[in-house]
Amino acid sequence: MYKVGVIGDRDSVVGFRSLGLDVFAVYNFDEAAACIDTLAKEDYAVLFVTENMAEGIENVIAKYRDRVFPIITLIPSNQGVKGIGMQDLKRNVEKAVGADILFGKEG
Amino acid sequence: MPQMNVNPTRMELTRLKSQLATAVRGHDLMKDKRDELMRRFMDLIRKNKELREKVEAELTEALHSVLLARAVMSREMLEEAVMYPTRRMDINIEMVNLMSVEVPSIKYKEDDSADVSMYPYGFANTSGELDSAIARLHEILPDMLELAQVEKTCQRLADEIERTRRRVNALEYIMIPQLEETIRYITMKLDENERSTLTRLMKVKEMLQERNL
Repeated sequence: MYKVGVIGDRDSVVGFRSLGLDVFAVYNFDEAAACIDTLAKEDYAVLFVTENMAEGIENVIAKYRDRVFPIITLIPSNQGVKGIGMQDLKRNVEKAVGADILFGKEG
Repeated sequence: MPQMNVNPTRMELTRLKSQLATAVRGHDLMKDKRDELMRRFMDLIRKNKELREKVEAELTEALHSVLLARAVMSREMLEEAVMYPTRRMDINIEMVNLMSVEVPSIKYKEDDSADVSMYPYGFANTSGELDSAIARLHEILPDMLELAQVEKTCQRLADEIERTRRRVNALEYIMIPQLEETIRYITMKLDENERSTLTRLMKVKEMLQERNL
């Protein structure tokens, strides 16, 4: 059995607690990075990270990209969508296809 | 394309020819693999995009509700209210082999056997905004997990496609031309040797005939 974690600023993630997810409130990028590193060693399979925390720790997230676990998925914070998650998706398309075909612009 | 540094012998020629056959066969297989990977990837990435748009939109709304709830309640009250969830989220992940790429498949089971409401608090001290916020989050959760699964799959497929494409190109533009070039070189060298042997023999024959006269 694997666990699901949510990492982000306190006000964004507090609601997930009631769903039975493990919530980790972090206050800055360093804490977020440390949190991801710690959780990756435990049996957390899915980590939802809010975009506003993810934007400062791209290198940490990139480190787990090649691994199967944990699956790090970006979610919007309560300050709205920043488009970082979409950006990653776009990058995947460009990597695989060589051009951005989903969003209608030529790479 | 520079040829390889080999001795122009018949044995080497045979060796290179079989190598070329393998390379061509491998190239075809790789190409098929790349095309199939690409096809799967296209299906998945569309789904990924839809899911992400959906999750982002709904989650923004849900978090908005949380924000509202937070506005009418104190932080302590809010955190206390959700401190002991009535449910426990457990997921099971299996690795599925998709075109020799290991991709995750998330099965989640919510432990709702205990017949209790999903609101882990009494209604006396909390506001209605919190109820709707939690109901919304609860609704999105399956989509979020699916998004996680699909996104990871796409990521791994993209990596694999890139690797495969690189191999296809290496075979197509380097290995195969190089082998062909070398094979041609050896063939020509061997033919040349044969011709020179022939001329020499003819010359010797001529000389012998002259002496016999």
